[in-house]
Amino acid sequence: MDEYAVIGKRLPRVDAKEKVLGRARYAADYSLPGMLWCKVLRAPHAHARILNIDASRAERLPGVKGIVTGKDFGGWTWGFMANTRDEPPLAYDKVRYLNEAVAAVAAVDEETAEEACELIEVDYDELPGVFDPEEAMRPGAPVIHEYRPNNVSLEYHYDFGNVRGAFEESYLVREDRFKTGRVTKGYLEPPASLAYYDPAGSITVWPAKQSPYFHYRHLAACFRLPLSKIRIVQPFIGGGFGGTKNDSVAGDFCAVLLSKKTGKPVKFVYSQEEELSVSKRRHPVILYNKMGVTRDGVLTAIETRAVADLGGYTSISPLSLYLVGFATPIPYKLPNYKFDIWGVFTNNPMSAAMRGHGITHSRFACEIQMEMMAEELGIDPVEMRMRNGIDPPEAGGIYRTINDITFKTCGFKEALKAAAEDPVWAERGRRPGKIGPVSYGVGISGTAYLGGARQLGHQSCGAVVRICEDGTVNLLTGATDCGQGSDTVLCMIAAEELGVRLESIDIKRVDTAYTPVDPGSYGSRVTILAGQATQRAARDARRQLIESAASAWKVEPGELDIRGGFLFLKSNPGKRIPFEKLAKMACYEGSGAVIIGRGYSGYGIEPMDFNTGHGNGGTSYSFTAQTVRLGVDMETGKTEVSDFTIAHDCGRPLHPISVETQNEGGAVQGMGQAIYEEFIMDKGVTRNNTFLDYKMPRSTDVPKIRVIDIITDDPDGPFGAKEASEGSIVSSPPAVISALHDATGIWFKEQPVTPEKIVKALKDAGKWGSS
Amino acid sequence: MQNTERISIRLVVNGARSDISVKPSATLLEVLREDLGLTGTKEGCGVGECGACTVLMEGEPVNACLVLAVEADGKHVETIEGLSDGDVLHPIQQAFVEMGGMQCGFCTPGMILSAKALLDENKSPDEEEIRKALEGNFCRCTGYTKIIASVRDAALRMRK
Repeated sequence: MDEYAVIGKRLPRVDAKEKVLGRARYAADYSLPGMLWCKVLRAPHAHARILNIDASRAERLPGVKGIVTGKDFGGWTWGFMANTRDEPPLAYDKVRYLNEAVAAVAAVDEETAEEACELIEVDYDELPGVFDPEEAMRPGAPVIHEYRPNNVSLEYHYDFGNVRGAFEESYLVREDRFKTGRVTKGYLEPPASLAYYDPAGSITVWPAKQSPYFHYRHLAACFRLPLSKIRIVQPFIGGGFGGTKNDSVAGDFCAVLLSKKTGKPVKFVYSQEEELSVSKRRHPVILYNKMGVTRDGVLTAIETRAVADLGGYTSISPLSLYLVGFATPIPYKLPNYKFDIWGVFTNNPMSAAMRGHGITHSRFACEIQMEMMAEELGIDPVEMRMRNGIDPPEAGGIYRTINDITFKTCGFKEALKAAAEDPVWAERGRRPGKIGPVSYGVGISGTAYLGGARQLGHQSCGAVVRICEDGTVNLLTGATDCGQGSDTVLCMIAAEELGVRLESIDIKRVDTAYTPVDPGSYGSRVTILAGQATQRAARDARRQLIESAASAWKVEPGELDIRGGFLFLKSNPGKRIPFEKLAKMACYEGSGAVIIGRGYSGYGIEPMDFNTGHGNGGTSYSFTAQTVRLGVDMETGKTEVSDFTIAHDCGRPLHPISVETQNEGGAVQGMGQAIYEEFIMDKGVTRNNTFLDYKMPRSTDVPKIRVIDIITDDPDGPFGAKEASEGSIVSSPPAVISALHDATGIWFKEQPVTPEKIVKALKDAGKWGSS
Repeated sequence: MQNTERISIRLVVNGARSDISVKPSATLLEVLREDLGLTGTKEGCGVGECGACTVLMEGEPVNACLVLAVEADGKHVETIEGLSDGDVLHPIQQAFVEMGGMQCGFCTPGMILSAKALLDENKSPDEEEIRKALEGNFCRCTGYTKIIASVRDAALRMRK
C-alpha cells in the first residue's frame, strides 16, 4: 500500500468533526424568516374513491396560510418509466393505499397545520381492497389502476440456454417456495425539506435526498419550470439506503406548491410514524425456485418464477424486479437459466429500492436451495460453492455470464477460502453444539453485487477540481454522501492525484446551481463513477499546474512531478517548491490562468436491456463470502448472533474505515432482515409503525464482526475499487438462515425467521425444547 | 394557535442561563431546537425509541423528546454543542473522529452524550457495559462496531 500517499490510509472522515460537534445541518435543521410549516392529510382507507374535499373550515382556522389538494397539481404524475408514471403528488381520484396523502396545509406553526388537516373534510366511497399479490392477479380481484385491469403493472420473461433439457438431465432437481419480508430502510432522519418558490419563477429547496438530481427533474416537470431554475441545496443526509430518499414524497411537492401559493418559505418534516406508515419499503417477493445439479453438485439450471408486491403505485419497480433476476448467474457458473417475474399492484403501501436492491431476494432463495441440495448429496457447503464458484478471469480477460453480465476481476473463490479458514467456520466442529437450552450453529453464504450502476436514462457524472491560489482545492461533484463516506473517498482520490494532503481538499455538497449533474447515490456507483470523474478532474488540474511550472522553469512537463505537497524536478528532487507556491505561480501566471480541472466518468459497459434480459447492471462486481455463528434458544426460539466474518472483494479499499463500516453496517441490517424485521400488515394497515414495535438491531444485539479484504484491483475502478456497500446486506440473510439450519436442523424459507416461526417449526418437527 | 398560555422557565444549557417562555406542551427537544437554535440535538422518532435526541439533564441521559420543557425548569442541560472547548474536541468526540464511529452522523450527537454519561460514571467500562449504555441509541448505518470501539478508545483517552 506504500505506493499511495493517501489512498488506503485510515484517515478520519472529512465530515467527522462537523458531525461530532453537532454542527452538521440536516434538512430539518434549516429555517428561513417567515417560514411556514406544512402538514399532510392522509386517507383513512386503503382503497377508496375521493368524492369531495371541503377545506373551508380549515381555511378559516387562524394561522392557516394555504391549502392544496390533488387537483392543484393538474393531473401530473411521476414514476421511473415513462409507461408506468402512475403516482400523483396527492391522490385526486382514488386513494390506493392507507394513509396516502390527499391534501396539505401551510400554517404559521406545525401544531396549527396539524389541526387544520383535521378540519379538512374528505368524502370517500370505500372500495374493496386486495392485499395479497397472488390474489390480486386472479380474475375478479378489485382493480387498483384502470390502466392495468389485471393489476399486473409489469412482467419480465427471460430464457437463457435450455432449462427444460438441463433439468431432464440433472441428477437432482428441487423446487421450493421462498418469501422475503416487507422491510424498512430504518434511517433515523425522516423525510424533510425546506422549500421556497421565488415568484420570479425559480425554486430553491433544502431536502433530505440521497440522489438530489432525481428530485431536481421531478420539480422541474411538476412545476413546468426549466431545470436551470431548480436549485437543490444539499444538506447533510441522515441515512438513505435507497427508495424514499432517491425519490420525491408528497411533502416535497406540497411544500413547493404551498410556497408558490403563499409567497413564503415552507418546511415539512415527516414524523417517524408517518415514515414507517407510508414510505416506500423493500418489495416482499414470493419466489418459486427450481434448481438442478449433477451428482457432483454442479449446477445445471435455475428457473425462478417470482411475484412481487408493488403496493399502490409502480414507482421504481421496473428496475427492482429486473434486478431480482439479473444477478442469479453470479457468483456461481450457471449454464441454463429462466426467469419470470410479475409485479402486482395491491392496496399496501408502496415498495421500492432498498440497499441490496433486487438481488437480496434471489440470492437468498438460491443460496438456501443450494445448501439443501448439498445436504442431500452429502457435499460440504464450502466444497459445493467451490465446485460452482466463478474463477477469476485471467489478466486482460473478461468473464461473461449467460445473460451477458461481464467482469474483469472476481475474488469469489479467494473470499470463500478466506471465510472457510477463519475460526468461525474452521473451528465449528470444536465448539460445543449445545449449552443448556441454546443450540449453536454456523452458516455460510456467497454473493456477488454490482457496483458502478449505470442502468437507464441519464448517466453522465462529472467532477470539477478548482485550484485556489493559496494551494487549497475545491472539489465539486454531483455525488451525495448520505453517510457512506463518499465525500471522504472522493477527497482522498483528489489528494492522491494532486500530490497534496487530504486536508487541502474541500468538497462541496451538491448545489444544483453549481455542481455537475449526477445520477445519485444508488447502486454502489459513487466511488467508482464519481471517483473516476474526480480522478480525471484532478489529473487535468495537475497537468495544468505542471505545464505552468514547466514553462516557468523552462523544462519539459514530463520532467516534473508533484508528491507530498511539493513540486520537484524528477532528476533532482532537491529542486522543489511547495504546492502552495506552485498554485500561486500558476494562478498568477497571466490573464486566463484559472486552474480548473474537469473530468467525467467513462467506463464503458453494455447497458442492460429490459426487453431481452441481457447486459450489465454495473461497471464491475464485488464478491462476498460470509460466515455466521449463532445460538438458538430451543424453548423460546430467540436467536443470538455472536460472530460474522465477511470476506469481501471490493477490488481495493480506498478508505478502509469506510469499507469496514459499510460491510459491518450492511451485514447487521441484513441480520435484522433475516431474523426480526418485517412490517406486520393487516388489510393494508401497518400494525408496527413505530421503532418500539418494528424491531431493528441495537448495540446489544450485534455480533463481533471481522472483515477480510480480498484485493483484486479491478481495471474499471479508480485505484482498483469496486462496490463496498451492498454485498454484505445480501450475504447476511442466507448465512444467518444457513446457521439457523445448522442449529435446529430446519430449513427456513421465509424471512424474517422470528422466534415465533422458530418455535412453531420446532414444534412441528417434534424438536421443541430440545435439539 | 388555540392555546396561547405560556409558562416561564429557566434552563441552564451548556452552562449558560436562558429564561424562556414556553407552551405547556412544549418538549425540551422543541425548546432546544426551535427556541435556542441548538439543532445539534436531532429528532428521529419523537417518542423516545431512537435516542437521537439524547441530552444530559443533571448529568443523566434523557430523551429530550419525552421531557416536557417545564420539567426541565431550573435544570442543567448539556447538549452536543456544549461538549467541546470551541474547536478543541472533547476526548469522546476525538475518539469518534479517529475511530470512524459514525456514518450519516444523525445518531452521533445522542450516541456521544450516552457515552459521556457512561464514562462520567464508569472510567473503565467493559464491552458489555458499553453496549448496554448505548442500547437506547439506534444506529442504522454502522452496525455499531466502530461506535463501540470509539467509546472504548474514549475511555482510554479520558483516563490519561
